[in-house]
Amino acid sequence: MIHVEGIGKRYRLGKSIRHDTLRDAIMHRARFGRRRQNPIDRQAEEHFWALKDISFDVTEGEAVGIIGRNGSGKSTLLKILSRITPPTEGVIRLRGRVASLLEVGTGFHPELSGRENIYLNGAILGMRCQEINAKFDEIIAFAEIDKFLDTPVKRYSSGMYVRLAFAVAAHLEPQILLVDEVLAVGDAEFQKKCLGKIGEVAKSGRTVLFVSHNMAAVQSLTSRAVLLSDGHLVEWGRTENVVSTYLQRASEYVSTRRMKSNDPEFSVSRFEFDADAFKPGFNAPFRFDISFELDRDFHSINIVIEIINSIGSRLITSRGAINLIPGGKSHLSLQISDHHLPPGDYSVTLAIGRNRRMLVYEENVLLFEVSSEGVSEPLLMPQIEARDRLGAFIPMKVST
Amino acid sequence: MSAESRDAEMVIAPPSGLGSIGFKELWAYRELFGFLVWRDVSVRYKQSVLGILWALLTPLVTMVIFTIIFGRIAKLPTDGIPYPIFSYAGLLPWLFFSQSLQKATLSMVAERNLLTKIYFPRLIVPMAATLAPLVDLLIASSVLLVMMFYYQIAPTVHSLYLLPLCVLWAWVTAVGVGTWLSALNVYFRDVGQLIPFLVQIWLYASPVVYPASLVPSHFQWLYALNPMTGVIEGFRWALFAHGDPPDLLVFVSVSVSAVFFVTGGLFFKRMERSFADVV
Repeated sequence: MIHVEGIGKRYRLGKSIRHDTLRDAIMHRARFGRRRQNPIDRQAEEHFWALKDISFDVTEGEAVGIIGRNGSGKSTLLKILSRITPPTEGVIRLRGRVASLLEVGTGFHPELSGRENIYLNGAILGMRCQEINAKFDEIIAFAEIDKFLDTPVKRYSSGMYVRLAFAVAAHLEPQILLVDEVLAVGDAEFQKKCLGKIGEVAKSGRTVLFVSHNMAAVQSLTSRAVLLSDGHLVEWGRTENVVSTYLQRASEYVSTRRMKSNDPEFSVSRFEFDADAFKPGFNAPFRFDISFELDRDFHSINIVIEIINSIGSRLITSRGAINLIPGGKSHLSLQISDHHLPPGDYSVTLAIGRNRRMLVYEENVLLFEVSSEGVSEPLLMPQIEARDRLGAFIPMKVST
Repeated sequence: MSAESRDAEMVIAPPSGLGSIGFKELWAYRELFGFLVWRDVSVRYKQSVLGILWALLTPLVTMVIFTIIFGRIAKLPTDGIPYPIFSYAGLLPWLFFSQSLQKATLSMVAERNLLTKIYFPRLIVPMAATLAPLVDLLIASSVLLVMMFYYQIAPTVHSLYLLPLCVLWAWVTAVGVGTWLSALNVYFRDVGQLIPFLVQIWLYASPVVYPASLVPSHFQWLYALNPMTGVIEGFRWALFAHGDPPDLLVFVSVSVSAVFFVTGGLFFKRMERSFADVV
C-alpha cells in the first residue's frame, strides 16, 4: 500500500546561505562565485540531512505511528508523503486516495462564514463539491455550531473554530490518511472526540499514518510504529516495543538543541535532567539543569515548567524567578519537590519570560517516566494499576 | 484528489528534468481553483461601507484626473475621440491587467499557509489570483456603456467578440508575467517591493493616457514589445473602430504575451519543487 524506500531529504542550512533579498544573492555570487560551484564544498558547508535512508512498508488498512523527538524528522517525512515537498533521494510508491491533515483549518478565511469555510476547506482538503453537500449536515452536527453557521469565523471562539475545522477534516474519506499532531489543540473532551474519530477511521480498514508525541494515543490507535531520531530510522515494528524504546532512550532526557528564542540576545543552550534524576521514583524531586548564553545581563526572569501527562493534560505548572542572569554563559539549577505525580510517562514544557514578554516557549523539551518504585502497595486498589491514575498521588494519614 | 488517481499507483521521487505543466492534474483540481477565485471575490469588499462601489470609483476618479491633466492641461491627441471616454477605454483593460498582475505576484507568499500544509498543483494559486479583478472589470464596464450612450458612440459588430478577446489576452499576459514574478517573489521578497513601481512605469509605457499613434512610426515595433500596447489599442479599436486596425501592434504584442505565458508556466514548474521549503 505504501512502500517507502531509501527516502532522504536534504535542506540548506543557515541564514548566511538563504538569500532573502536579491542583493544578498548577487553579493554572494560575486564573492563566492567560483567556490560555490565546487559540489563537495557546498554539501559539507551548507546542507544537512533532515531524513536519511528511511525505508518501511505499510500494508493496506494498517495504522502506523511515527514517533520521535522534536526535530527528528517526523514532520518532514509526513510532508514528503503528502507531496508538499519532494524528497532529495529515494522513492515512495503508494496506491489510493491520500488525504493529509498537517493542521486543522488549513485555508480557513476569517471573513467568511462557517458555511462558506466548510466548502472552502473541504475543497482544499480534496473533497468534491457534491461530497461536501452530502456530508454538510453531518459536519455541522459534529462541530456543534449550527447557530453560528452564517457568522464569520473570525467571531468564533477558538474552541468553535477548532471544532469546525476538525469536523470538516473528519468527514474526508480517503484510503490513506496522514495525520500530524492536530490533536494538540482544543480541550480535553474535544481531543478525545478527535482521537475517537481517528480510531474509527483506522478500524474501518483505511490506512492511517499518525505522527504524535502522545504515546498513549499512539499505543491505542496504531499497531506498528516508526521511531525516528536525527533523521534516521531507529526502530520499526510493534508499537509497544517502539514506544518503550522511545521512552527508554537516555538521550531523550537531555535537550541539547538550541531553543528558539524571541530575543536574539537570549538563548538556552542546554536543558536536561540532573544526572542523578534520570528516572525519578515516586515523589522523588525533579532536578533540572539549564544553561544560558546571553549577550547581556537579563533581569527579573521567570521560569515556568509544565509537566504534561501522556494524554496531554497539564498536571503541574511550577514557576520560579531569578533577579539576574549575567551575560555570557551561565547555569541554573531548578528543583520541583512534592509533586505527588502518579507513575507514568510525562513530558516537560519549558517557558521563560521577562515581565510580560515570552522569551522561550518550547513543548516536549524532555520526556521522562515516573516509576512505581516507592509507591506503598497498600495504597492501591488491586484491580487498578498505578499508571491508570491521574492527578496527585497522596498518602493519607489515618488517626483515631 | 482526482477520481482517476483513486487506484493508480502514485510515485513520489526526487524531481528531475524540466517537468511538464501537468494539465491533467490542473483539470482534476478545477473545483479548488473555482473555490479560490470565489473566495477572493467574496472577501474583496467584505466589511467596507462602499463595498462593490469601489470597483466603479477607482477607474472613474482616475479617468477624471487623467482628463484634467492630460486632456485639458497637456492637451494630448486622442485620434479624435473625446478624452474622457478615450482614457476610460484604456483604463478598463489596464486596471484589470495591473490588479491581476499585482495579485498574482504576491499570491504565493500570501498563500504560504496553504503551500506548506497541503498538496495541490501550485499553478492554481497565481492563476486564481488573476481572476478576481475580472469582476471589477465587469462592474466598471457599466460606466463605459453610459459614456458611450452619452457620446453617442455605437459599438460595432466586431466589438462583440473583439472585446472579450482583448480581455482574455490581458489575462494571458497577467498570468504569464505573474507566474514569473510570483515564483521569484518566493525567493526574493524584493519582487513584492518592486511591483507597485513596475506597474507605475508600465502604465506610462502603455497607451493609456495617450494613443499609440503618438509614438514615431519607426519605433512602433519596439513599442509593441509591450504586450499591453496591443491589448489596449486593440480594446479601443474594437470599441471605436477608428482608423486602420492595429495589425502590427497586435501581432508583435500577442507573440510577446505568448512567450511570457509559456516560459512563465515552465519557470514556475521548475521553481515549484522547493516552494514549500523556502516560502
